[in-house]
Amino acid sequence: MNTVLFLAHTECDGTLHKSALEALTAATALAGGLGHTLVVGIIGAEVTAAADSVAQCGARIYGVSGPAFADGRYASDLAAAEAVAKACDAQIVVAPATSRFSRALPGLAVRLGGRVDTHLSGLEAADGQPVARRWFYRQRMEGTLTRSERPWVLTLDSGCAEPFSGAGKAEVEALAVDVATRTTVSGLECPSADQQTIRPDARVLLVAGAGWTKKQADGAVHVDAAEETILTFLNATKSSLGSSKSLVDISGEGHAVISFLTHMHQVGQTGSSPRHAKGLATCCHGEEPHVVGWRFIGERRAINTDAGCGWAQGKCDVLYVGDAFAVMKKVNELLG
Amino acid sequence: MSELHIVVCGSIVPDPLQTLAPTEGPSGWALKNEMMLPAVLDPWAGHALFEAAALAKANPGSRVWLVSLAPKAKLQQVMMSVSQKAPFELVVADGPASGFTDSFETARVLAESIKGIAGLDTGKLLLFGGWQSASRGSGAVMQMVGEILGVTEQFQGVDKLAVRDDGSMEVKERIEGGAYQISVVSGAPAVFGWATGELPEPPNNPQTGMQNMQKNMPALMQAKPADLSGSGLRLSEVAVPQQRRETRVVKDVPVDDMAREIVEWLKA
Repeated sequence: MNTVLFLAHTECDGTLHKSALEALTAATALAGGLGHTLVVGIIGAEVTAAADSVAQCGARIYGVSGPAFADGRYASDLAAAEAVAKACDAQIVVAPATSRFSRALPGLAVRLGGRVDTHLSGLEAADGQPVARRWFYRQRMEGTLTRSERPWVLTLDSGCAEPFSGAGKAEVEALAVDVATRTTVSGLECPSADQQTIRPDARVLLVAGAGWTKKQADGAVHVDAAEETILTFLNATKSSLGSSKSLVDISGEGHAVISFLTHMHQVGQTGSSPRHAKGLATCCHGEEPHVVGWRFIGERRAINTDAGCGWAQGKCDVLYVGDAFAVMKKVNELLG
Repeated sequence: MSELHIVVCGSIVPDPLQTLAPTEGPSGWALKNEMMLPAVLDPWAGHALFEAAALAKANPGSRVWLVSLAPKAKLQQVMMSVSQKAPFELVVADGPASGFTDSFETARVLAESIKGIAGLDTGKLLLFGGWQSASRGSGAVMQMVGEILGVTEQFQGVDKLAVRDDGSMEVKERIEGGAYQISVVSGAPAVFGWATGELPEPPNNPQTGMQNMQKNMPALMQAKPADLSGSGLRLSEVAVPQQRRETRVVKDVPVDDMAREIVEWLKA
């Protein structure tokens, strides 16, 4: 019987990330729909707790564990994934599109003589075949695809399935894997709790547009006031902070800039497409790439001085026509 | 410091300000009026190229190649501006730059092109590219090129690469939650899929442009057609989401009322 392999890696605390549990739901449904056997492979320093957390999926579970697999590293993750895939003769491999697996699993397709499709937005069985959906041109159009090649390695983006739930006592078959690598992971550089950035778990995304750095009604720029207003809001709400590319890039044009904005905040065509329940856009204007930054935001509101703004019309639920400096200052007062 | 042979993989994409629409033709899915759309160097590949040029400048004796799979007529137009940004030697595979092209086939063609570079020392190889593209955005091509070439030290979402005196390199890779993973690799060869890096886009230098195009025009003229037909990938449907929201416009309302409504919405 053919095999669908679900691959996951553990987090620092030995658990599985929510995106891994979502991918397991998709893999379970795919295996059921195709009539294939589901096998689970878990990679990490210690995999017992992670295996227990998915024990009720009913699959045979392989584990590759040890200090060499604690950190995300191409050579070690790929060696582990290759060992599991070959142990169960996987025809289809489903994994979460985490940074760790996005780095390593395309190489798995080459080693297995198969193909890879990444960042899927959907996966299902139709007419006995696996059918995937993904975005093209940076979330501007969505396509449905199939493949004849096997093994087929698939990574699923987060937020596209319900997380699997079903803990128990799992039996893990340990695989021994030798790792040859010249790379050492020396640590992480994490933003502090107060540092503003894209926070995956935040409910709200605040998008700061270039208008914050432009001349205001008095003919002067007020970047200091803009920075204070934005930071006060972010500290009060713990929202994600996103920025248009123009605002990040204008430093190269000699314009005033908001000091804490970097390319890490960019949303849209050349940045990220974050997923948050709510989004509030301020001082943005309407260009095609911005649509991409909004794609996966649930409820959307915008503050802009232009009632006909293309960024807002048809794309957000409510457009407040007003001065974002004044409105956000009052919002901050009300938030306390 | 050591001599480095830096190969940058990068193709062209439609100008991000263009409105894109898919269309199905006899050879599969493509963009409507694709050949008419103005093109630019893929943004992340551009960052990789600028980082490569800076690294080569800091390590005398180093060389930079830009390997591109793209329609050569469109690529030539883009190179007129890109060539003014940094010195490099162009290697061209004449083929589609479409986002609907199979990532493995793209990787295979790029790897074959790299194998054909005269004078490339794979012991000094740093393979650069964007960690994703603005077309297919698979984030998979660089890993596969590296794997085909036997390079198994790989990094993705790179924002910083520092070469030490002993030839080892410290790498900052983007991971989830705005954090970086810091790694050290003992030296070349290695693959680096760049995010934005930390360098600004270099200003145009017409002299660099002329020197580049003297070398690179022959590469464009002699580019051989790339065969990407070995894929079993089938796209049954491609569509632009048509969701349009009924926007409620709130204007001529006191600031206090707007702010109160926003706060109620945020807290709901």
